[in-house]
Amino acid sequence: MRKMSTVRKTTNIFVYVFLSVLALIWVLPILWVILTSFREESGSFTPYFLPQGYTLKNYINLLTDNSTFDFPRWFMNTLFVSVVTCIISTFFVLSVSYTMSRLRFRLRKPLMNIALILGMFPGFMSMIAVYYVLKSFGIEQSLLALILVYSAGTGLGFYVAKGFFDTVPRALDEAAMIDGASRGTIFWKITLPMSKPIIIYTLLTSFTAPWIDYIFASVIMGDNYENYTVALGLFKMLEKEFIHNYYTQFAAGAVIVSIPIAILFISTQKFYVGGVTGGSVKG
Amino acid sequence: MKQFYNAFIKGDYLTKLSLFIPGISNIFRGQIIKGLLFFSSEIGYLIYMFFYGFSAIGKLKNLGTVEQGWIFDENKGIDVLTPGDNSMLILLYGVFAIFITAAFLLILKSSVVQAYELENDIKRGRKPLSFTEEMAEYTDSKLHRTLLFLPVLGVVLLTILPLVFMILIAFTNFDRDHQPPGNLFTWVGLDNFKAMLSSGSTMGKTFFPVLGWTLLWATLATSLNYILGMLLAMLINKKGIKIKGFYRTIFILSIAIPQFVSLLVMRNILDDDGPLNVILQNSGIVSEYVPFLTDATLARITVIIINLWIGIPYTMLITTGILMNIPEDLYESAKIDGATPVTQYFRITLPYVFFVTAPYLITQFIGNINNFNIIYFLTRGGPATLDYYQAGKTDLLVTWLYKLTVGSKDYSYAATIGILVFIISAVFSLIAYRRTSSYKNEEEFG
Repeated sequence: MRKMSTVRKTTNIFVYVFLSVLALIWVLPILWVILTSFREESGSFTPYFLPQGYTLKNYINLLTDNSTFDFPRWFMNTLFVSVVTCIISTFFVLSVSYTMSRLRFRLRKPLMNIALILGMFPGFMSMIAVYYVLKSFGIEQSLLALILVYSAGTGLGFYVAKGFFDTVPRALDEAAMIDGASRGTIFWKITLPMSKPIIIYTLLTSFTAPWIDYIFASVIMGDNYENYTVALGLFKMLEKEFIHNYYTQFAAGAVIVSIPIAILFISTQKFYVGGVTGGSVKG
Repeated sequence: MKQFYNAFIKGDYLTKLSLFIPGISNIFRGQIIKGLLFFSSEIGYLIYMFFYGFSAIGKLKNLGTVEQGWIFDENKGIDVLTPGDNSMLILLYGVFAIFITAAFLLILKSSVVQAYELENDIKRGRKPLSFTEEMAEYTDSKLHRTLLFLPVLGVVLLTILPLVFMILIAFTNFDRDHQPPGNLFTWVGLDNFKAMLSSGSTMGKTFFPVLGWTLLWATLATSLNYILGMLLAMLINKKGIKIKGFYRTIFILSIAIPQFVSLLVMRNILDDDGPLNVILQNSGIVSEYVPFLTDATLARITVIIINLWIGIPYTMLITTGILMNIPEDLYESAKIDGATPVTQYFRITLPYVFFVTAPYLITQFIGNINNFNIIYFLTRGGPATLDYYQAGKTDLLVTWLYKLTVGSKDYSYAATIGILVFIISAVFSLIAYRRTSSYKNEEEFG
């Protein structure tokens, strides 16, 4: 037995070393952005890893000097779009997923199949058409357009939430039904209050979408810099004519955006796992 | 449809008349408000069709005939630019008109069905529901309609309508040489598909290599991420390893931060003059820079490796819980039978995890076919090549599609690629979703 545990100990040491090396590889790029964001020397890259001088100037300039790049404005744009988007799409997702999970009606299966088929088209195949549809409403290149693009189709992404509703016991619904509650009442007063985790998950995931999307925003906004989101703006900073002077500011902006998004993701990962494995993971 | 047919055949004249004058049955049978709503929808539709709809649908036939051009204005004595037809708007408004007509046909159908129900209610001596009573139904037995109305409207307007428009574009010659308002475009049937799928044409010479790389990429990216990610999860799960949470969080960081940040930074690090190359050169490991992203083969290897940085943690995240769910006694009895760790892995762990994650694997595969971010942010599809039309050596079908749309405005080709990607995804998805436990066993709960 003792021999067994010595073997285990030595293999565990190897595992520790291996994991630590991997972990180092994994954090290096992240560390590099953070260091760059505090780097005193400008330029897109330096021939050494650790900066020669540290400064907060990059953050200060990013937030105060708006002559070329109006980062605070882009930040507020994104915040505004994500708050509105997350309210609308949470409402959409919960409505659709509850309907598909609990209510029985003739078109249920056909609608679910249509949702599946629509999901198989490349997401941005029709973006140029979306742009022209929005243009025909006269709202192209506006934040409203962006909100519509992010939230209008969210009803299609009902699978994770439906999986959740599928596991909420039906006994309560039936009891309430016997007491004469309407289905609407059951939805609002019984199921939703019990569904806090999935509501939070849906709110957080739909909140992050506008922060990380580049494709749709780039097509909808075009060259309307005023209404850029942070992703578009930061991408812009890396264009040839700006990259030398703005790379450290880009890093500062990237850090500012990444921290909240990373925290949100880490706090919602459990649901994500449950969603993709079809609820088969209960641990 | 059956319901409608039945109602129309068996209904009385008021019910039959509801097909042409929706709501008439409701008005004569005491449901005034509802009847008027039905009726006003017809008025609205007819007004729309009369002023816009009919001409919009009519023009769909050839997408406009009048080209924009300079016409001599006798009063001014000069050539004046006169606007011609705009094929793009004609197509868009035509699709609008068809959608509105489809919606109106649904209203007509529901008008007949409801008229028949009303007729039967009255025959059986039941009092027809008042408007408020009927509205109340929308929070109870018709709750699904209330809940679905806005989400479905959103999907129809901003997903289905643009999609139909785009699918139609695939059958036109709406490319860089046929841009409205300067030029017209028109229907060309299956020409785009023929061009794309014939190996001799310029498009075909790009399509097949890009398709091949897309499938190779998806296969390699998916399988490597899956196997290595599972191994990582097993290492962290190993008995006696402490600070598991710490390790997991470190690895998850790479998927938690926005991809445009992490990938753009990677692009910078791997640049020909980037820090990695400078460090490699200064330390004398290489004498010349390594073209991580500028050499075709090396760039392909680089994107697959960088993708591991994001993909391995994903698989780790997914499989950790599954690994912990494998019954311990399976391993115990295997050990007693003298199975080596390798045998245990291939006979117990892999089959168990694979069984649970098979659908995930297929969705991952499709996800990788459509993996826009990693390619576009890392290489923008480059290195560029003259062999391809508007595509680079690492371009996937979807990034090529994006370039054709945003860059060269070859919308018709972009739409064609979109449809072909859909067909590829559909084949794989059908296998995937049919096997998803939540789809198959959804009635088993509760």
